[in-house]
Amino acid sequence: MLTIDQATHDAIVAHARRDHPDEACGVVAGPVGSDRPARFIPMLNAAMSPTFYEFDSADLLRLYREMDDRDEEPVVIYHSHTATEAYPSRTDVDLASEPGAHYVLVSTRDGAHESGPIDFRSYRIVDGEVTEEEVNVVASYT
Amino acid sequence: MSSRVTPDTGSLTQKVEILMAIEVRIPTILRTYTDGERAVTASGATVAEVIDDLEANHSGIRDRLVENGEVRRFVNIYVNDEDIRFIGGLEAKLGDGDTIVILPAVAGGGR
Repeated sequence: MLTIDQATHDAIVAHARRDHPDEACGVVAGPVGSDRPARFIPMLNAAMSPTFYEFDSADLLRLYREMDDRDEEPVVIYHSHTATEAYPSRTDVDLASEPGAHYVLVSTRDGAHESGPIDFRSYRIVDGEVTEEEVNVVASYT
Repeated sequence: MSSRVTPDTGSLTQKVEILMAIEVRIPTILRTYTDGERAVTASGATVAEVIDDLEANHSGIRDRLVENGEVRRFVNIYVNDEDIRFIGGLEAKLGDGDTIVILPAVAGGGR
């Protein structure tokens, strides 16, 4: 199960809406071993594409160095699908490289980028196998 | 720094090959090849040589990094913070004490 606070959940949704029709992407870092997504880090989609996302290589190095320095890990890795459902694509599965992370997908298709409810789902992706998990949105971490 | 004496032909300078110690930071997904180690030391004068040395000690790791003689599209290798794609790829030169960081791309997408 992914437990995430409302403010971070909303920030991910807002980022996805803002970047629509391109895919939005980012990380929520947290203390190593805590499983708590604490620090929201929106990333630039270097691909600037409606069907693909990729962190810029220099940004990626900076991000991992910063997390290392702060004893953090990527608790959540999120991105949006802008024309398909919030389910990992073949590409998502092939490229998933953080077996410890919650992979969050948001879909902004069918007008969801403008208003109304939005699909916000979370998965574990380990060795090419996708397992969906429950998302528990809390007011704050206590 | 360590040194290795090579076979007896050639000049003196060829006989003693200085092996440079390079720290290589290993991403989580590849630590299965390094017994869980986050960083290992390898030697080589180029990134390709370091990867050969890594392969000798951590069999299977090269295939995860290299494909058809190039860095895999979704693997990033940095030498002292420079993506090697901008400094000569696998032939990028190394000096003693240089640091290599390997990071898989964070990428994907709806199609």
